[in-house]
Amino acid sequence: METMQIEKTSRKGIVLFSEYVAGSAIRKAVKIGREEVLFELRDSKLKGRGGAGFPTSTKWMITAAASAPKKYIVCNADEGEPGTFKDRVLMMEHPEIVFDGMVIAGYTIGAKTGILYLRGEYYYMLEFLENHLSGMREKNLLGKNIIAKEGFDFDIQIRLGSGAYVCGEETALIESLEGHRGEPRNRPPYPVNTGFMGCPTVVNNVETLASVPHIIMKSGKWFSEYGTDKSTGSKLFSVSGDCENPGVYELPWGMTITEVLDIVGAKNTKAVQVGGASGICLSHAQFNRKLSYEDASTGGSIIVFNESRDILHILQNFMEFFVEESCGQCTPCRIGNVKLLEGVKKLRNGNYTFAEIRNLRELGQTMQVASKCGLGQSSPNAFLSILDNFSAEVFQYTSSDKHNGVNNE
Amino acid sequence: MLIYERNSLVDEIVDLTVEYGKERSALLPILQTLQLRHKCISDFAQQEVARQLSIHPVEVYSVISFYTFLHPESQGRNIVRLCQTISCDLAGKCYLVKAIERELGIKFGQTTKDKRIKLEFTNCLGMCDQGPAMVINERVFTKVTPERAVAILNEVK
Ligand SMILES: Cc1cc2nc3c(=O)[nH]c(=O)nc-3n(C[C@H](O)[C@H](O)[C@H](O)COP(=O)(O)O)c2cc1C
Ligand code: SF4
Ligand code: FES
Repeated sequence: METMQIEKTSRKGIVLFSEYVAGSAIRKAVKIGREEVLFELRDSKLKGRGGAGFPTSTKWMITAAASAPKKYIVCNADEGEPGTFKDRVLMMEHPEIVFDGMVIAGYTIGAKTGILYLRGEYYYMLEFLENHLSGMREKNLLGKNIIAKEGFDFDIQIRLGSGAYVCGEETALIESLEGHRGEPRNRPPYPVNTGFMGCPTVVNNVETLASVPHIIMKSGKWFSEYGTDKSTGSKLFSVSGDCENPGVYELPWGMTITEVLDIVGAKNTKAVQVGGASGICLSHAQFNRKLSYEDASTGGSIIVFNESRDILHILQNFMEFFVEESCGQCTPCRIGNVKLLEGVKKLRNGNYTFAEIRNLRELGQTMQVASKCGLGQSSPNAFLSILDNFSAEVFQYTSSDKHNGVNNE
Repeated sequence: MLIYERNSLVDEIVDLTVEYGKERSALLPILQTLQLRHKCISDFAQQEVARQLSIHPVEVYSVISFYTFLHPESQGRNIVRLCQTISCDLAGKCYLVKAIERELGIKFGQTTKDKRIKLEFTNCLGMCDQGPAMVINERVFTKVTPERAVAILNEVK
């Protein structure tokens, strides 16, 4: 049985897909020393690629400064946001960059153990990744006294998820690693202080860690020259939906939606969902917005919809996703998403009052501030942005009589 | 369950605690391995895991009930998961649903009478550029057409 297409293309790109010799950045990091690594990282102004965009150097510095008998580095490969698949491509095509990034993190913060939390859906990668780790152990890039440096011990283990989107949230991920239900914790305390087994823990996205070896080899200043002032470097975008060439693209931060649509061959585009189900939906008028932390932010997901698509059908799909994936711990998210989904269904069959819609908007805004974790805080984004940006379509819709806006009793 | 089956399950769990440890953090890897081998984690297995890790059986059950891929009862010999999320939806997921349901004579959410196939929906599989995507047990299939979906399912034992 033929299963799936394995990407054989050797991608070229400015940072992540540029030349890299396995192990080289580990050697260089050890040569320049911990502090210098942290300085390069600070100069690079690298921010987390998992969505939240927290400065990576700050996370590492806090953990490096903590005095604790044990520390951990966790690579977040739970990649569950709809429309995101760049971590899959990175791990399958460049595991050496991801794992070297983890080793450098371990060296810098003083952790002896790294854990890759791989989503259960990526089980088929397990053997490939384990083989890569064995190869690193043979080359003395993992294990005891790495690259013959006395006392530099570090190893990586892979742990699997079991099909829960919320486990991508860093505290839920830690709960899951500890053998519990993947329910997010209250923050603070943050993982950098109290993480896995109560020890200082850095949780980083796959792409964040994969940026590190390049920064070490070519300097933080070099990295910061790509992108915009506040969003430095390049980003992997996972583009799917209505376009000729869906796939992963490495682009500098700061490109406009229009430019990206051009690159991927999207025609008659009506809407673009930036940031996956928890992101925002933009219409034509906003296609000049820039992809960056300061403007249209995304962990990588870009989904393109052409003129033939029904915007409320799309919204319903997103809301069904959140109703299923909410962990149910807190009320705004558990009940709120169900209410928003009911609202979308009412909008679809034209059976709503504007008073109800106003209430649902307020509910969405309440969820954004009152939910316990990022899932509930961001799940109303699609709902609210579609109501704002596609009001003409949303409020003229009836299932039998689409788009004409005429009263036909 | 026969006595010797119980004994072999106990031995198996002992082996797993040797491999993964007896800490609470070993719980998920142990449950995942049991699920993979036996297609479910039976009541007896849950109690035995709880005993060996010195935690309450309810704790084990509560973990199983949280994760979509862990089941207390066997769902069928093969679990088919079709991605229902937006990119696969745009790529024509609904045609696959119709074709598969027609061919097997069951709906999504149901298991065939001979327990050969359980049909389920799942959320984004990270294959959005190659949708529609489908997983059978642990294998991923992409760019699946209705015709191919049916052909693949007919090969599943
Ligand atoms: C519901 C939810 C799901 C998340 N899923 C992921 C994920 O799949 N991968 C990821 O790297 N970060 C995910 N995050 C963000 C993590 O909580 C965390 O911010 C991130 O792993 C930190 O790494 P970074 O600083 O390198 O981005 C998720 C957050 C939330 C609230
Ligand atoms: S916001 Fe949703 S996912 Fe997050 S803790 Fe609350 S119920 Fe769980
Ligand atoms: S939407 Fe189906 S794999 Fe992502």
